[in-house]
Amino acid sequence: MRYAFTAEEEEFRGEVRDWLTAQLPDDWNGIDEDSEEGWKLTLEMRHKLADKGWLTLAWPTEYGGQGASFMKQVVFNEEMAYSRCPGIDGSAIKMLGPTLMIHGSEEQRRTLLPPVARGEVEWCQGYSEPDSGSDLASLQLRVDETDDGWVVNGSKIWTSMAHRSDWIFFLGRTNQDAPKHRGISFFVADMRTPGIEVRPIVNMAGTHHFNQTIFENVHIPKDALVGERDRGWYIGATLLDFERSGVQYSANGRRILGELIDFAKQQTGPDGQPMFEDPQVRRQFAELDVDIECARLVAYEVAWMQSVGQVPNKEASASKILGTQLMQKLARFGTELGGMYGMLGPGSEYAPIDGKYPKMQLTSVSSTIAAGTTEINKGIIASRGLGLPRG
Amino acid sequence: MDIGLSETQQLIRNSAREFLEENCDTQYVRAMEEDEVGHTEELWDQVAELGWLGLTVPEEYGGAGMSFSELAILLEETGAAMLPGPFFSTAVIGAEALKLAGSDEQKSDLLAKLAEGKLKTALAFHEIGAAWTAESVSEMTATETEDGWILNGEKRFVQDGAAADMLIVAARTGEDAENGITLFLVETDNANVDSRELKTTSSDRMSVMSFGEVSVPKASVLGEVNGGWGILEKVFQYGAAGKCAEMAGAGQKMLDTTVDYVQNRVQFGRPIGSFQAIQHHAADMAIEVQAGRQLARQAAWFLGEGLDATRQVALAKAYLSEAYPRVCATAHQCHGAIGYTHEYDLHLWTRRATGQRLAFGDTKLHQETLADSAGL
Repeated sequence: MRYAFTAEEEEFRGEVRDWLTAQLPDDWNGIDEDSEEGWKLTLEMRHKLADKGWLTLAWPTEYGGQGASFMKQVVFNEEMAYSRCPGIDGSAIKMLGPTLMIHGSEEQRRTLLPPVARGEVEWCQGYSEPDSGSDLASLQLRVDETDDGWVVNGSKIWTSMAHRSDWIFFLGRTNQDAPKHRGISFFVADMRTPGIEVRPIVNMAGTHHFNQTIFENVHIPKDALVGERDRGWYIGATLLDFERSGVQYSANGRRILGELIDFAKQQTGPDGQPMFEDPQVRRQFAELDVDIECARLVAYEVAWMQSVGQVPNKEASASKILGTQLMQKLARFGTELGGMYGMLGPGSEYAPIDGKYPKMQLTSVSSTIAAGTTEINKGIIASRGLGLPRG
Repeated sequence: MDIGLSETQQLIRNSAREFLEENCDTQYVRAMEEDEVGHTEELWDQVAELGWLGLTVPEEYGGAGMSFSELAILLEETGAAMLPGPFFSTAVIGAEALKLAGSDEQKSDLLAKLAEGKLKTALAFHEIGAAWTAESVSEMTATETEDGWILNGEKRFVQDGAAADMLIVAARTGEDAENGITLFLVETDNANVDSRELKTTSSDRMSVMSFGEVSVPKASVLGEVNGGWGILEKVFQYGAAGKCAEMAGAGQKMLDTTVDYVQNRVQFGRPIGSFQAIQHHAADMAIEVQAGRQLARQAAWFLGEGLDATRQVALAKAYLSEAYPRVCATAHQCHGAIGYTHEYDLHLWTRRATGQRLAFGDTKLHQETLADSAGL
C-alpha cells in the first residue's frame, strides 16, 4: 500500500508540466478542440509530443513507444488533462494500440502502430449503429468474405472525429446465422477506401464532433481482420475496458475546481457578502473536492490493476461512472456560480470565465452516454463484477 | 502508487477475517448488545493474544510496531464484524494518544499494559455542547493543587467509558479556547468518578461520566499543561480515519450480504438480482464501497507515514459519513421487509452507522476543513 507517486514519477511530472507550459501559449486556458483552430493546434502538439517520445509513452519500444510503466503513463495523462493540452488521439493510443498488442498480428502491429506513435494518423471507432446503441451486439453492419478480402455494407453512427480520421477500427457481422455475440468480427480500414462516406452530425452544443459513417460495397484486404473471425465481440469488449478507464476526469476536474475557487473568491453573492462565505457554496466546493478524489483514486486503482496484470472490469466501469458524473456536476456548479450571468455562453458580452461552463453543461450531457451509458456500466458492475444473474 | 496490500497486510486481513468469523458472529454481537459489560473478557484476552491491541504500539513497549495502515486493514475487518468491546477506544484512541503525548514513564507503563490487554481506555471529551471543537470543553475543570489536580464536571458521549480502566479526560485549565485544555489520565475505579449509561440507537456503549472533586496526581497529566487541544486534534484524525476504515469494511459486508440475498430471493419467477432496478442499486453500492475503501486507505496511509493527513482524513470522513449510511439504506431497500425485522441481522450495521458517521466529525465538519484548505 502506497498512496504517493515515486520520486522519479514526481520528477517526470515536473518535467511534463514545465514542458507543456513552455509549449502552450502564455494565457493558455484550453481550446475547443472541435474548432478548426483547435484541430490545427491538436496536430501541432501531437507532432511535438511525438518528437518528445511522449505520445505513446507506455507502448513497447518496437512500436514507437518508450515502454513506460502504467503509473508513468498515469502521471503523463494527468498533466495533459490538467494543462488542457490537445494532441492525444485517444482512439488510437488508448484503445486500438493496447488491443492490437493483445489480439493483433505482428504484421498489423508493425504497420499500424508506428504511424500513430509518430503522430501522423488519426483513428476513429466504428461501434454504434443507428439501430444498435446500448445493445451493441445486435449490430448489423455486414461484412462478407471475398476471394481477396472483405466487402463491407452498412452504417456506423456517433463516429467521433470520423471527418478528420485516416483510419477506422470497427465491428461488423461476419456470420448471419450464429448467436448475436458470436457472429461479430473486428476490422480496420483506411478511411480513403472507396465507398466510405462521412456525414456530419451537429450536436446540441452546436459542435461538429461526431458523424454517421456509411459503408457501401467497401472492399478491404484480408489482413483488415484483427484476431479470429467471429470472435470480434470479445476483442471489442477488451477495448472498451481500455476506453473506460482514465485519470483525465479527476485531473480535469481538479483544474476546473481551482478555476471556480478563484472565481468565487472574487465574487460577491446576491446578499453582497463574499461568495466564499456562503455556507452553501463552501459545502458544494467541498463535495466536489471529495468527488474528484473518489474519481482519482478509483482511476488509480484501475491503472494499478493493469500494472500488475489484472484486467479491470467493474473497476473500469466504476471509474467511468464517477468521472463522467463528476464532469456534469462541475459544469452545473460552474454555471450556477455565475448567477444570471451563468447563462452567457462563449463569446458573449459579460460572460464569466469565457462562458465555458454553460457550454460544458451542454457538451457534458454526452459523457454519461458515450462509451457505454451509466446504466450499461452499472449492468456490467452488477453482472460481471458482482455475479448477479442476467435479466 | 501501490493500491495493493502487502503480504503482511493480507495476512492481517485474512487471519482477522477467519478469527472473527469463528469468534465474533452476529449471535455474539447480539448477545453483547444485551450484556451489561458489553464484551467478554475471554474474547478480549484472545484479541490481546493476537497482538491486535498493540498493533501500532512500538516494539520496545511490547507492541508489534506496525503502522496505522496495518491497523486500518484490521479495522476494516473489526468494522465488518462489529467487534464488541472497547477495542477502538483502546487500540486506536488510547494507543495513539499515549504514543503522541505520553511521558517515558507513561509509555513504558501504560502502553505495555495496553498492548497486553491489561488496560482498556476511553476518551472523555464531550460536554453539553457535544461539538468536536476546543470551545466545547467548557465546564469540566481541573484545578491545580500542591500535589496534583482536582477535577470537577461532567462528560457526555464517553464511548466505552463503563468498560474502561482509564479515561483520557479533557479539562479546562485556562481561558484560551485552544491553549487552555489539559488532558488527564484518570482511573475509573476512583470513588468520585460516576458513570451512567447513555442509551443510543447504535448500541455503541456511550456513558455520561461525572467527576466530583476527583483528585489525581501531577503525573496523571498527559502531554503539557494547556497543551491538550493539539494532542486531541491529532487523535481525532486517527479516530476519523479509523472510523472510515470500519465503515469501508462494513460497507463491503453490506454489499456482500445484499448480493447474496438478491441472488436467492425469487419473485416473479426469478431471482430479484436479475432485475435492472436491483442491479443498479447493487452497482451503486459497489461503486461507493470501492471509492470509500480507497479514500479510507489513503487517509490511513498518510497518517501511518507521518505525513500531514488533514485533507486526506477530511476527504475520507466527509465521503464515508454520507456514502456508508447510503449503502446501508440501499441494502435495506434491496432486502425489502425481511431486512426490517429484528431477527434479520441488517439492522446491526445500520444502527451502528449513525454513531460512525458522527464520530470524530460528521460530513459538515470535514467539508468545512476542505473548504478552508482550498483557501475559501
